[in-house]
Amino acid sequence: MTIEFDTSSAKFADYAEPGRLVTTEWLAAHLGEPGLVVVESDEDVLLYETGHIPGSVKVDWHTELNDPVVRDYVDGAGFAALLSRKGISRDDTVVIYGDKNNWWAAYALWVFSLFGHDDVRLLDGGRDRWISEGREITTEAPAPAATNYPVVERDDSALRAYKDDVVSFIGTGPLIDVRSPEEYNGERTTAPAYPEEGALRAGHIPTAQSVPWGKAVAEDGGFRTRAELDAIYRDGAGVTDGDDIVAYCRIGERSSHTWFVLKHLLGFDKVRNYDGSWTEWGSAVRVPIVTGSEPGSL
Amino acid sequence: MSTTHVPDTLAEIRDDFLDLPEADRLQLLLEYANELPAVSEEIAQHPEMTERVAECQSPVYIFVEVADGVVTMHATAPPEAPTTRAFASILVQGITGLTPDEVLAIPDDYPQSIGLTRAVSPLRIGGMTGMLMRAKRQVTQKR
Repeated sequence: MTIEFDTSSAKFADYAEPGRLVTTEWLAAHLGEPGLVVVESDEDVLLYETGHIPGSVKVDWHTELNDPVVRDYVDGAGFAALLSRKGISRDDTVVIYGDKNNWWAAYALWVFSLFGHDDVRLLDGGRDRWISEGREITTEAPAPAATNYPVVERDDSALRAYKDDVVSFIGTGPLIDVRSPEEYNGERTTAPAYPEEGALRAGHIPTAQSVPWGKAVAEDGGFRTRAELDAIYRDGAGVTDGDDIVAYCRIGERSSHTWFVLKHLLGFDKVRNYDGSWTEWGSAVRVPIVTGSEPGSL
Repeated sequence: MSTTHVPDTLAEIRDDFLDLPEADRLQLLLEYANELPAVSEEIAQHPEMTERVAECQSPVYIFVEVADGVVTMHATAPPEAPTTRAFASILVQGITGLTPDEVLAIPDDYPQSIGLTRAVSPLRIGGMTGMLMRAKRQVTQKR
């Protein structure tokens, strides 16, 4: 850890890892400190250019975190080149924020975690809160000095599930489907108001509990309290300590948000994100699918 | 319509993008986002006149008029969706003033031709394609 944790928030103190979040006040007070890099990651590739937190660098999920050819993330060399270009060192504190209640920020955080970047945090409330509080934004592009981020091979084993993992996982632990109820029930293959991303069949993976990602977001745009999250995931979805948990959505972005909640805020040890998600499962041949509002069985 | 032709304005826009190094193309795209004109009072007050472009991740609505053989395109998209605004802005500038035949002759792959596939990603470019196809369909219906 390079920069001290934000201990100013009573809400954070109840989470399993309070240091995984920072408040806007904390970030404003620490901007520019050596060892801190602020990263913006949005759905819209141009939003950062319209104005961003001073000194922050942009990381785009489409063009920078994904491999340009294979449906996969960049490899160790690619990640090292990316972070070196962004001026991030291996032991830096990285605070990520973004639009849509930190969907893409959580997705970026998850990818950083695949490479074992140790200290990576989210700005509670994301871009919207920073702007709604009238805090400074700028269109000035930062010119960070390049670093020499080491080449670290990506380790998918603990945090990422592949389709074949999920096939054998059904019935052994909680599966959390974080998509909209319409997608879960099988009425549609895409998020309401989102483009068709090519799933041939609709429904959900047998046994998956429906917990739309947005349930973890409070009215103020930040994460819900520990007690509220416990009620949603433990009482509501029946997740218990010691469970091996897999979350999925459509392409793995909304489920990164839920993955962050389960892993870092509630402290479940084994939580994996199935990033192939519905765009893979819903087009795969002969995998089991359940329609309707009940989880179903294999 | 068996032949395609890129109208002059869209050709100029394409060439402006292609003349720039790839890294600078987003800045030009941002300029287009900022240039998207507000829709007329009449359209603003009658959202039912517009059609939602479902291929775009952000809420964007288009409305195409054909009057006296001339096409006018209007579009709205929120400020927090600048890429979508920019795509709409390019099409509004490129289509308005054309004849229906000229609009229908715009190649369907125009969005792939302006040098943004790598800078923006193919999936996002798909949103612009959806917008173009819907504009063409409205022209067909209203001509």
